[in-house]
Amino acid sequence: MSDTLVKRPPNLIGSRLGRHARSLGGILASIAFTFLGLLCITFVIGRVIPIDPALAIVGDRAPAHVYDRAREELGLNLPIWQQFFIYVGQVLRGDFGTSILTGRPVMEDIARVFPATLELATLGIIIGVVFGVPMGVLAAVKRDRWADQLVRVIGLVGYSVPIFWLGLVGLLIFYARLGWVGGSGRLDFFHEGIAPTITGVILIDSAIAGEWDVFRNALHHILLPAALLGYFSLAYISRMTRSLMLEQLNQEYIITARVKGVSERRVIWVHALRNILVPLITVIALSYASLLEGSVLTEIVFAWPGLGRYLTNALLAADMAAVLGATFVVGLVFVGVNLLSDLLYRLVDPRAK
Amino acid sequence: MSGSAPSTTWRDWLLSDRPQSATQARLGQAWLSWRAFRRNRLAMLGLGLILLLLIVAALAPWISPYEPNVQNLRLRLQPPSAAHWLGTDELGRDILSRIIHGSRITLYIVTLVVVIAAPLGLLIGTVSGYFGGWIDAVLMRVTDIFLAFPRLILALAFVAALGPGIENAVIAIAITAWPTYARVARAETLTLRRSDFIAAARIQGTGSLRIIGRHIMPLCLPSVIVRITLDMAGIILTAAGLGFLGLGAQPPAPEWGAMISTGRAYLLDQWWVATMPGIAICLVSLGFNLLGDGLRDLLDPKRRGG
Repeated sequence: MSDTLVKRPPNLIGSRLGRHARSLGGILASIAFTFLGLLCITFVIGRVIPIDPALAIVGDRAPAHVYDRAREELGLNLPIWQQFFIYVGQVLRGDFGTSILTGRPVMEDIARVFPATLELATLGIIIGVVFGVPMGVLAAVKRDRWADQLVRVIGLVGYSVPIFWLGLVGLLIFYARLGWVGGSGRLDFFHEGIAPTITGVILIDSAIAGEWDVFRNALHHILLPAALLGYFSLAYISRMTRSLMLEQLNQEYIITARVKGVSERRVIWVHALRNILVPLITVIALSYASLLEGSVLTEIVFAWPGLGRYLTNALLAADMAAVLGATFVVGLVFVGVNLLSDLLYRLVDPRAK
Repeated sequence: MSGSAPSTTWRDWLLSDRPQSATQARLGQAWLSWRAFRRNRLAMLGLGLILLLLIVAALAPWISPYEPNVQNLRLRLQPPSAAHWLGTDELGRDILSRIIHGSRITLYIVTLVVVIAAPLGLLIGTVSGYFGGWIDAVLMRVTDIFLAFPRLILALAFVAALGPGIENAVIAIAITAWPTYARVARAETLTLRRSDFIAAARIQGTGSLRIIGRHIMPLCLPSVIVRITLDMAGIILTAAGLGFLGLGAQPPAPEWGAMISTGRAYLLDQWWVATMPGIAICLVSLGFNLLGDGLRDLLDPKRRGG
């Protein structure tokens, strides 16, 4: 329990390089470990399932030798650790098995539905940042005044409202009653299939094709779900911006700037904001990744053909290959975004060394 | 001045700077905290909402105007009226009564999740922080892996494997909830483990597990409790989300998320069926969020004032 008493001799030459290499090695090791961990969890979940996959294929009236053959072909007779290695090997080759529901490889399905989720989450995060950051700054500047309280309440409500319910209420008001936005789905029926699929992101595809009717229709459809997701990321972003800003506004350089006669607007939006930029990017990256989660329920409510709806449909059909594949991909994106923001932090912020 | 004057009020006794017993000192501290807490109007609102939830859940059979599961097809999809304050659903069941009874399900889920996840997180966090070294490294990596999945998606995958139902939903949510508590408990343990009273206990020959159990865990509790309170809303929302997807409580149980899900089919013409249970979810999770926020401010003097 005591710290190491023997101090290593300082290695002056190349110590910086060594430190970089060590931290890079550490990062790589942690990536590998996390990757294996993710696989471990999906593998275990796949094992817990009470449905016997061999029985599901041959049916419960099949004779014993047919059943045994099926087990053998699926590799279920091998020791569990061997099965795990086979599983890891398959995933490394991008093979998540075949979906029962669509009859296609899970990887192909995911590649097809992912752009829709990406489009939704990206627009959502843009909305969240555009509104959330200024609100957080405002709350910090007007600390404990009514503007601060208002921002706090808006954020807290965002944390408290079930997203699927808010989506339904939004559809009821803005679609059914007011007719301001399009209904569910990504496009109206008669706009479908006009713009050729290039990126899978309809807003981009239709703009490339110059189909502005399709573009407008797509925008109409995406606005409400994206605004919803934006609201949820706004709740987190504005709160974090506020506390990061408060930290900066108490610093002496801010006082110095004010004493020097720098305008208040410049002090806040240039001096202070620049110094919270790095942690703020981390915050934004994290909430971007977490929009993947929010998108599951949102996609259900808006019949949005993305990863979340794919996952849920697979789930309701007990299509485990698809469920585990989608779960793994989401976990991977989550870890990847975390890692990127971490790397960015180390690269940009000299204090993080 | 003298504390023994017969005219001493409760307040003086509580605020005495020379407490006669440990109980008096503790109660005095609690009183001071309560006074600080009471000044936070939003937190008081949160407390009020949670108390309301507890009362409603406790008295559900007596205060609900109708039986929650009794169908009356002649009265299906009635708008809110004097007889049915929040209207009726597609089977003619009174929505208010169902919401009142649903509060028990919500409370049941939340309590079970906390009972499973909190001790687990506390144990893993304190052990990890106290021993450090490779134990810490392994436990924290495992924690990180669980945190790597978005909560709802991991819970979905677990429920997919275990099968739908309220108990499985509880297990799935608990599996996704403990890592946060472990993190908090570990951080707290790290600040404690070098302190003198721990060293003293160790010199006296107290075993590691006893030190963790008797000396460290109780001191970690406050921050874990705050974390749990802030987490409650998330648990409720996840449970409602599972219910909405049909993976939580099964019909005819009046679970709020499932009620929203059935109301979806009637959204455009009978808006109240889907809307009313959602308001209940909002109020309860807002209550927990406000309460948790207030408790955190109380525990962290940095956030208060100056």
